[in-house]
Amino acid sequence: MSGTPHAGSNVGLPLRAWRIRRHALRMGQVQGQGYIGQALGVADLLAVTWFHALRYRPTEPDWEERDRFLLSIGHYAIALYAALIEAGVLAEEEIATYGVDDSRLPMSGMASCTPGMEISGGSLGHGLGIAVGMGLGLKRKNSPSLVYNLMSDGELGEGSTWEAAMAAAHHRLDNLIALVDFNDQQADGPSTATLSAEPVDAKWAAFGWHVQRVDGNDLDALVDAFDEARAVTEPRPRVIVCDTRMCKGVPFLEARERTHFIRVEPDEWGQALDLLDAAMPS
Amino acid sequence: MIASLDAEGRPTIAAPFGHALADLACERPAIVGLSADLAKYTDLDVFARAHPDRFYQMGMAEQALLAAAAGLAREGFQPFATTYAVFAARRAYDFVCLAIAEEKLDVKIVCALPGLTSGYGPSHQATDDLAIFRAVPGLTIVDPCDAVEIGQATRAIADHPGPVYMRLLRGQVPRVLGDDYRFELGKAKMLRQGADVLIVSTGFMTMRALDAADRLAADRIGAAVLHVPTVKPLDTAAIVEACSAGGRLVVTAENHGITGGFGEAVAAVLLRAGVTPVFRQIALPDAFLDAGALPTLHDRYGISLRAVVARIRAWLA
Ligand SMILES: Cc1ncc(C[n+]2csc(CCOP(=O)(O)OP(=O)(O)O)c2C)c(N)n1
Ligand SMILES: [Mg+2]
Repeated sequence: MSGTPHAGSNVGLPLRAWRIRRHALRMGQVQGQGYIGQALGVADLLAVTWFHALRYRPTEPDWEERDRFLLSIGHYAIALYAALIEAGVLAEEEIATYGVDDSRLPMSGMASCTPGMEISGGSLGHGLGIAVGMGLGLKRKNSPSLVYNLMSDGELGEGSTWEAAMAAAHHRLDNLIALVDFNDQQADGPSTATLSAEPVDAKWAAFGWHVQRVDGNDLDALVDAFDEARAVTEPRPRVIVCDTRMCKGVPFLEARERTHFIRVEPDEWGQALDLLDAAMPS
Repeated sequence: MIASLDAEGRPTIAAPFGHALADLACERPAIVGLSADLAKYTDLDVFARAHPDRFYQMGMAEQALLAAAAGLAREGFQPFATTYAVFAARRAYDFVCLAIAEEKLDVKIVCALPGLTSGYGPSHQATDDLAIFRAVPGLTIVDPCDAVEIGQATRAIADHPGPVYMRLLRGQVPRVLGDDYRFELGKAKMLRQGADVLIVSTGFMTMRALDAADRLAADRIGAAVLHVPTVKPLDTAAIVEACSAGGRLVVTAENHGITGGFGEAVAAVLLRAGVTPVFRQIALPDAFLDAGALPTLHDRYGISLRAVVARIRAWLA
């Protein structure tokens, strides 16, 4: 086994993204809650990451030659669990244990609990700095592995993010790819109205990064962006700012007033799954 | 509205801190409010809606939040800054310590999710905030028991010129103390008399202590409850007096890790005064705690009502 990027790689990305959404909704249904708006919004980005870009072995999550994927945003755990299930790192049966006492799938991502969860990201603003250290460490080991850090627009408010951004550029970390889920939402409201990070692209560029900004729900655009981020030879860290829509794929949730923690009524989980099933890609 | 504690069938009051601060601000033009992307989750949104021009949204940036609070205090305002306890204590500690406390600035730091009031695991469980903040010279620390006390304490800390850290229960907050209760900064209150055991408690563990005293009374065990909402400076006179009386077992109870918290502070007071009762601590273990449902975790770590009663019974046996 040579670090197959994905189990059953003949499955197309639309179906991967659809299945990630489905796994996430089923987990939400188990607890009657969860950061489902974020999971649905970021499913396309995770599909491209895990089934187009990332090198890993599903049965060997600690494989030394894997690309590292850091979930800086611990509250997005439900989304990553869904991707890990789709990737075969976690078993689909574990969906029933989401958020249950003593399960391997706590509501906030914890490295000590879950195979494939590289860091504990509940205190936001840690991921990028840790990614810098892993990038430095991989270079010291002459490893060709890449470090991906999935972070949020809210995390652009933390000083630690920009300290790490400066360090990454200074140390010419061309093995580091930051993925920013720009869903224009954080806890108190829209990110752009809470603490605006715009112009986001110009900020990263000024910090010395190779920057792309794409529609984070457009699979083709994401594939191109990942390809470019990996192909460019500039000795700089790369960032892909992904504009995403929360709740993408479940129209009645998409239409709901947007909040950081979307409430879904007990009977609505089944309705959401029905709608998703009706829209299964071929 | 997300509660930080299950009300367990008790009456509740909504957002007592937010309403108390909004009311107080009508009389006091110097009050301003700041949050680090957690106004909705610390009930400061009530204040923000009542006084939108006096509310500053700092984004998710706890260091900037507390540095800016220091700056506003320097310009003569009285900032109330809110976030979660973990983020004030861990992320922004240097700013609390030096920008605020060392300068004796009039900043009130009010933080939700104290101790074990979140099932999200160590990132959201402030099991160390009292230990961290007790070490800051001149910082007053308040851990209120319920909604009644939060309302009263909000006014009392505004009356106190200087830096204060207050732990906050948010959302629908249980109401435990009676209408005749009066919070006084720096004062402990004997809430209940009893001959066999004295529970010296702070924060919502006083609610547990009062409930435990009821249960123990059914077994003819008399439990006294000394409520100590001001963790620093401690009401040493009241603690020494209560613990000297009657050869009772003394049990401290806190919603915090056992290392460096309230119980150790009480123990030091007693030893320094030469008072040495049989002494036991109810506190969270010196460990990173699990994620899970709060009732499960309270039971697992010994701060549920059932666990408190069982432990006191065992210690008396
Ligand atoms: C350091 C830190 N501060 C505050 C929080 C509380 N918090 C949890 S999620 C969140 C919003 C962060 O923004 P973002 O990740 O963009 O939110 P989302 O898109 O999920 O709504 C906040 C403030 C935290 N987890 N960590
Ligand atoms: Mg966001």
